[in-house]
Amino acid sequence: MGDLSVNLCGLEIDNPIIPASGTFGFGYEFAELYDINCLGTFSFKGTTKDARFGNPTPRIAECTAGMINAVGLQNPGVEKVISEELPQLKKCFNKKVMANVSGFAVEDYAYTCEQLDKQSQVGWLEVNVSCPNVHGGGMSFGTSPEAAAEVVRAVKAVTTKAVIVKLSPNVTDIVAIAKACEEAGADGISLINTMLGMRIDLKTRKPVIANKMGGFSGPAIFPVAVRMVYQVANAVNIPVIGMGGVSTAEDVIEMMLAGATAVEVGAANLINPYACRDIINDLPAAMDKYGIDNLKDIIGGVK
Amino acid sequence: MKQGIFKISQNEKLVENVYKMVLVGDTSDITACGQFINIQLDGLYLRRPISVCDCDDTSVTIIYKVVGKGTEQMSKMAVGETVDVLTGLGNGYDLSLSGDKPLLLGGGVGVPPLYMLAKELKKQGKEVSVILGFNTASEVFYENEFKALGCDVTVTTVDGSYGVKGFVTNAYPDEYTYFYTCGPEPMLKAIYKTAKTSGQMSFEERMGWGVGACMGCSCKTMTGYKRICKDGPVMQKEEILWET
Repeated sequence: MGDLSVNLCGLEIDNPIIPASGTFGFGYEFAELYDINCLGTFSFKGTTKDARFGNPTPRIAECTAGMINAVGLQNPGVEKVISEELPQLKKCFNKKVMANVSGFAVEDYAYTCEQLDKQSQVGWLEVNVSCPNVHGGGMSFGTSPEAAAEVVRAVKAVTTKAVIVKLSPNVTDIVAIAKACEEAGADGISLINTMLGMRIDLKTRKPVIANKMGGFSGPAIFPVAVRMVYQVANAVNIPVIGMGGVSTAEDVIEMMLAGATAVEVGAANLINPYACRDIINDLPAAMDKYGIDNLKDIIGGVK
Repeated sequence: MKQGIFKISQNEKLVENVYKMVLVGDTSDITACGQFINIQLDGLYLRRPISVCDCDDTSVTIIYKVVGKGTEQMSKMAVGETVDVLTGLGNGYDLSLSGDKPLLLGGGVGVPPLYMLAKELKKQGKEVSVILGFNTASEVFYENEFKALGCDVTVTTVDGSYGVKGFVTNAYPDEYTYFYTCGPEPMLKAIYKTAKTSGQMSFEERMGWGVGACMGCSCKTMTGYKRICKDGPVMQKEEILWET
């Protein structure tokens, strides 16, 4: 069997498969279905300084080959994540987890990251400057190179673990933002977050989503994600995590050829709860099929 | 929660736009009345959550209304076709609180989950009253099925073309010990205001996957934030917080 392991910002992971934040909760719902220790790691539910309920419902809409969500960062707040969610996760996951953090001010990001950085279970901080579903925060930091860099600097100043910045595709020049994050000290870049989308109910003539717009994800956005991963990976010298519509082992290989060191899987978890386990199980055969002995060898293989 | 492949053994129209489908497969994870299943359909991305109407060791019955692309596709599926289904989702009704004379109120396609509940309550020797609410006579279904269980059945229609004219709330029996309901939100609100006893209500919401991780179907309750798919769909009357 080929070698599936990769090195993600200094930490070796058994395979590059990482369930994406917001589609995997804090892991334990999935641990009832399969042993989640088979994962490379996973990125837990986006955490903010204070607890949030998020947006009104409906928060979910069907699309061709995808879905829109406008959850709005519902989470119990960093204090409860540390006191309740992480201890519960510890019972079913013995690897390092990726802590996904969002905020509404630079100081929020720094505070939340500082708290999570102290947790031994946390291996990486994934700083989300790209949530499309909250007003006046999240994505507004990710749409300007200066604002994104400011968040990175503030987080790096108070943390010791690898800081991975999760970028939005809803920008004119994602490469400029990625480079700004790298210069500000980011240890990695993950992309793409969801694309801003909208559906309208023809009977009611109203948006399907209560918040009107939401983040579009699923296989439909995969080609956009591959393109952006390729562009960013060729412009920065830090590891890139690719995501956006990944559903199969072949998709993983394609993302890695585009330049991804690891790959996050999001919407697919909601369609097939065993999606990540299945992708990991399918990877060796897919590697054989395409003549790959070591996954590390194909990272950025396409020039 | 269990994922399985089910074979359609029956898919027939009950009344205009309402169909009954029987799916044969592993039903071992369906453990309570009022739970739902989540069905994957060819060419559609998200699964479709449908409440369980009845269930035995080898098959599960659902009744669904054609309201969009997914349910329309289901209505055209043939006997013998297979579907990928997640079973055993949601909490279901708590039968232990029913008392001796439970009242079941169903509105439209909110009627189906009450069938299995009525069956179980009758097995426990309860005196079960059922009120089934529809818009008009041509929409009425399952009256005889509930009668066959030995329930005291009243049908209401909004236009008065069949049974009692009006809503389910116009037909309360003199005496009941507890209520169970499922139906459109205006009906649930009306019951909330007028019922004499405590009870349980089953809610509906657009869902991501139905197992509790995506927070797509959250609601606020008197006892904190809950997920309709995992902590519900059944809520105790006392914990419900109406937002509008």
